[in-house]
Amino acid sequence: MRFFPRSIAAALVAVAAFSGVAEASKSPTVERIKKNGFLRCGVNEGLTGFASPDAKGNWSGFDIDFCRALAAVILNDASKVRYTPTSAKVRFTALQSGEFDILSRNTTWTMSRDVQLGLEFIAATYYDGQGFMVPKSLKVTSAKQLNGATVCTNTGTTTELNLADYFRANNLKYKIVAFEKNAEVLAAYDNGRCDAYTTDASGLYAERLKLKKPADHVILPEIISKEPLGPAINHGDQPWGDVARWTLFALINAEELGVTSKNVDQMMKSPNPEIRRLLGVEGAFGESLGLSKDWAARAIRQVGNYGEIFERNLGQGSQLKIRRGVNALWNKGGVLYAPPIR
Amino acid sequence: MARPPAHRGRGARPRDVLYQALLLGAVAAVIAGMAWNASHALERQNIASGFGFLDNTAGFDIVQTLVAYDETATYGRVLLVGILNTLLVAVTGVVVATVLGLVIGIGQLSSNWLFARLCRAYVEILRNIPLLLQLFFWYFAVLRALPGPRESWSFLGSAFLNNRGLYLPKPLTGPGFEMVVLALGVGLIAAAILAHVRRRQREETGRAGPVLLPVLGLSLLPPLVALALAQFPVSFSWPALAGFDFEGGFTVLPELIALVVALSTYTASYIAEIVRAGIQGVPKGQIEASQALGLKRGEALRLVIIPQALRQIIPPLTSQYLNLTKNSSLAVAIAYPDLVSVFAGTTLNQTGQAIEIIAITMAVYLTFSLLTSAAMNAYNRRIALTER
Repeated sequence: MRFFPRSIAAALVAVAAFSGVAEASKSPTVERIKKNGFLRCGVNEGLTGFASPDAKGNWSGFDIDFCRALAAVILNDASKVRYTPTSAKVRFTALQSGEFDILSRNTTWTMSRDVQLGLEFIAATYYDGQGFMVPKSLKVTSAKQLNGATVCTNTGTTTELNLADYFRANNLKYKIVAFEKNAEVLAAYDNGRCDAYTTDASGLYAERLKLKKPADHVILPEIISKEPLGPAINHGDQPWGDVARWTLFALINAEELGVTSKNVDQMMKSPNPEIRRLLGVEGAFGESLGLSKDWAARAIRQVGNYGEIFERNLGQGSQLKIRRGVNALWNKGGVLYAPPIR
Repeated sequence: MARPPAHRGRGARPRDVLYQALLLGAVAAVIAGMAWNASHALERQNIASGFGFLDNTAGFDIVQTLVAYDETATYGRVLLVGILNTLLVAVTGVVVATVLGLVIGIGQLSSNWLFARLCRAYVEILRNIPLLLQLFFWYFAVLRALPGPRESWSFLGSAFLNNRGLYLPKPLTGPGFEMVVLALGVGLIAAAILAHVRRRQREETGRAGPVLLPVLGLSLLPPLVALALAQFPVSFSWPALAGFDFEGGFTVLPELIALVVALSTYTASYIAEIVRAGIQGVPKGQIEASQALGLKRGEALRLVIIPQALRQIIPPLTSQYLNLTKNSSLAVAIAYPDLVSVFAGTTLNQTGQAIEIIAITMAVYLTFSLLTSAAMNAYNRRIALTER
């Protein structure tokens, strides 16, 4: 006690004790975000529909909107996010060394990443699969016809492994040309360095828009892998994982219950108990996360429900026009199924 | 009255040793602290560590491998493939850069005004543009200019150039080829002995018999005879269009060509300056003296100026060789599968063991650099001015 006066020490102890009483679960990450006043989010360097900056440096996209929803939930302001663009290669190292609070960068959830890298995947936000794009002039209609082809892709992704597995399983030969950045993959493909471009199907739709003549290229029907894309955090802060996971579940449940950014305030008066619990009219679910009652309502109001986010960035409201497909709700033919808030 | 200054050496010695020991201890403590902190943090976050991953299956393919490799090979094998691919670029680049740099360096001093200015312009342009931009220029400029596989440029129907690479016939050896290699070895040794004997003769008597023809004959005749005796046990695998691409022969990747061209033209601009400075550093009297002896310009350059200039050229040249080797890691930008791309890139991403992999990669580059330095220093000692 030589170093600081007794009164300060006593005050610190008191603060610690009171805050312990006030909130059940305490996440060091959430506390830091509240103290700093912003969320730090690791995102793609530029992938139309998922994360891309406009001319003024404002980021938008599917992965961006998840960060915005988290900022709305924690800080009540979806704009309080600092984005760190990160390449496929360095993303996990950057997350492990604490460059950002959450990695929201179309990242495939695999066992080795979850277990060996010391990461905690929140949940899948988008169910993707690896596909191939080829020039129409090649007259290829199936990936099985790609025997002997040269294929361009990114280094440091699951695509290299899937590609090797697929061609090996089908007894086909291929040559791989792997670049570090998307821009170079696309330039090489556009210059005829390779016959096919492979990455997650959503990425193919996005990259095709950047080609000189998008209509001259076709995406083959085969999906050769399971790519559940989702955000990830570091091990060791489960309460932070709870906040992130239930924010996503709240957005999905909101779509299922018909709560949108436009009607969220009217829905507060809804007699439906599920909606009342979601929006914090009943129960104390927000408090149990260390947040306020209306946590989910804030995210829905500022960013929209899952369906709105999807359509705005990837679906009919976007250039990509990707159909919901497997990413539809479970009761509409998809696999999106969020646990109930109760 | 004038006392000799206190002799510091002896009196201060124990104290100096103590300070040095303390400094060493402090450095060691910092390193140990960092290592402990890293391993502790990895353990706390439940991140895998150790070198066991080198025995795990890699599962991905590599487009250019100088040793046998497929998807079922281990990460340790990936490391070897990466090292060899990096060495291939570094060695080729060093050779091309040296030749080019020497020509342009001497060219800058040419009495031909136009040639000298062109060499000067080369140096100024190439060394003042960032290497990465030059690399992209060569890669994408070359790719764009080349035709697709079906419209390949053909050389006599046996070699082809297109945007997938340069396809050359690959010699395959049949039975009896070992004899040819053996004969070549014997011939080369005999030629070396003859050259040595002739040099001794010349140094002792001032005159000697012919050298060039007998040396050529000794080194070429035995293998040719062996070839004929074994009924030419060499066949070729010819590249031929099949499906998407050429098959057979061997392929030089466009990435490799672009990388070697970019690295060697860039480094050559620095080497040219080193060569020019080395030559201009030779005292003018040496040139005048060689002219007075009646040596021709070429002879003066070869016998008098270059040997003296070399002493000033070798040390900075070494550092250019090191730069070229290290710069080859830019390969990752254009998809050439070098050490950084396949090992510090793909392998790192799949295993997540950043500390181990980056440490191994740094150790490899350090070894390359130290070996290059050691070889160049040894050469430098040999050509250094020996006082007799």
